Amino acid sequence: MADYDVTQSYMQDISLGTSIIAVSFKGGVVLGADSRTSSGSYVANRVQDKITPLADTVYLCRSGSASDTQAIASYVQYWIAEHQAEKNGPVDVSTAANLAMQLSYNNKNMLQAGLIIAGWDKQGGGSVYAIPLGGTLLKVPYTIGGSGSAYITGWCDKYWRDDFTEEEARAFVVKALTHAIARDASSGGCVRTVTITQAGVKRDFIPGTKLAATFGELPTPASS
Amino acid sequence: MLPRPTSHSKALGPGVAGPELAVATSAVQAGPPKASAQQPLSGADSFMVDPHCIADPARQHTQYPYVTGTSVLGIKYKDGVLVACDTLGAYGSTKRYKSVERIKKVNDHVIIAASGELSDFQHIIKLLDELTTDDFRADDGISLGPQEVYAYLCRVMYNRRNKMDPLWNSLIVAGIEPPHAGASAEDVSTSDVTFLGMVGMIGTHYSDSHVTTGFASHLARPLFREAQADDMSEEAAVALMHEALRVCYYRDKQSMNKFQLAKVTKEGVSISEPYALDVQWDFKMFSQPTKWAVGAW
Repeated sequence: MADYDVTQSYMQDISLGTSIIAVSFKGGVVLGADSRTSSGSYVANRVQDKITPLADTVYLCRSGSASDTQAIASYVQYWIAEHQAEKNGPVDVSTAANLAMQLSYNNKNMLQAGLIIAGWDKQGGGSVYAIPLGGTLLKVPYTIGGSGSAYITGWCDKYWRDDFTEEEARAFVVKALTHAIARDASSGGCVRTVTITQAGVKRDFIPGTKLAATFGELPTPASS
Repeated sequence: MLPRPTSHSKALGPGVAGPELAVATSAVQAGPPKASAQQPLSGADSFMVDPHCIADPARQHTQYPYVTGTSVLGIKYKDGVLVACDTLGAYGSTKRYKSVERIKKVNDHVIIAASGELSDFQHIIKLLDELTTDDFRADDGISLGPQEVYAYLCRVMYNRRNKMDPLWNSLIVAGIEPPHAGASAEDVSTSDVTFLGMVGMIGTHYSDSHVTTGFASHLARPLFREAQADDMSEEAAVALMHEALRVCYYRDKQSMNKFQLAKVTKEGVSISEPYALDVQWDFKMFSQPTKWAVGAW
């Protein structure tokens, strides 16, 4: 663990090797993530699944230290299972987000985790919660995270609308991640999306070769 | 009732999830949750991995802020107090979250606003919510006044500072003292009961007719010293506040033109929806600064 000297810098430079995004629409949410786990410059896993289920209708996008976010996800999964058994019903997205925030906030000195929690419940419909470093909990209509998010902030500002349909939201997520992957070396591989509505959960997988080519890149040739 | 695991095996080292933590505890607790100093009843301990190793003095406590809010401004006026700030949550130099509410109502008499780390502010709100809930449950018509909230927060902030684990906020507490039991609000003049105070992250605190945090301390307080008066009208106070907010927006890079204005009067608390201010960039000297000195910068 680095020795942080607070007098030297206002904020440490932290790179979260990922692009993650969640967008709410009327009736649900779409979560998206790239699939690259890097260890320094080495791509440790090129097909990683960064969208983790916390409950049947609540999922978590993980960015930051892989081990930290896996530990947080495990704890929250366990507590939600206990909670749902007592409640005899599905967990609310806000409850799940609060549990993750408590872990993030109370262990803030030891964790490097940027989380996005999104899902559907009867109380709030589709909801998206952002939990950046430090453990702030913010309910938002959509949010982006990870190192790749810096490159698409302007793009998302321009093209996001608050009246997306499910297909439009999903297309927005895929295009945003395509652009993030195009410029962030720490993001890459494939795009995974998870769509959560009252009807259930739909997982989708778009291999990197099927993503649109961006400026300066060539489309992948068909395998011969 | 299964025994609650109290510590990890030290042999495993700090912060390691040992076999004890893997044992499921009963959902039924041995007793009601015990409040510990500066931690909410909702039991921060259970979310702190290995609280006994956290108690280890060798552990590094000092944090630094991640998602931060900038200046908060407060002034007294004839009918009460005004508090204003923008709605930006900055992430270093990135203007990351643009709809953050940094002014919160504590009860009908007190509001609190914060600059600095947002997660610590959310923690402070939780502590105050518990105090307010206790008031409600006492059901005796008595609620916390701004002076009490201010004193409480002074102690919380100073205590955390002594543990080298500060809550990274500068807080503004504003409000009107609730009338004493049996008295009515009309019995006391507003100027006697209006309160405005600032508490910093190391416990430094003061109260005055105008208080600010962050950049506004340098930019806005001189304006307030000139023009603020305890008996100024609401229109004059709002105009002065807008003037100060404009200056803070021009000269603070981590700010945005989207503000909330909160008001506490004897009638109660109101926090406005976010709004933007008209700002001026079209002075001739701005559009052509080197017209008379070509080649200069």
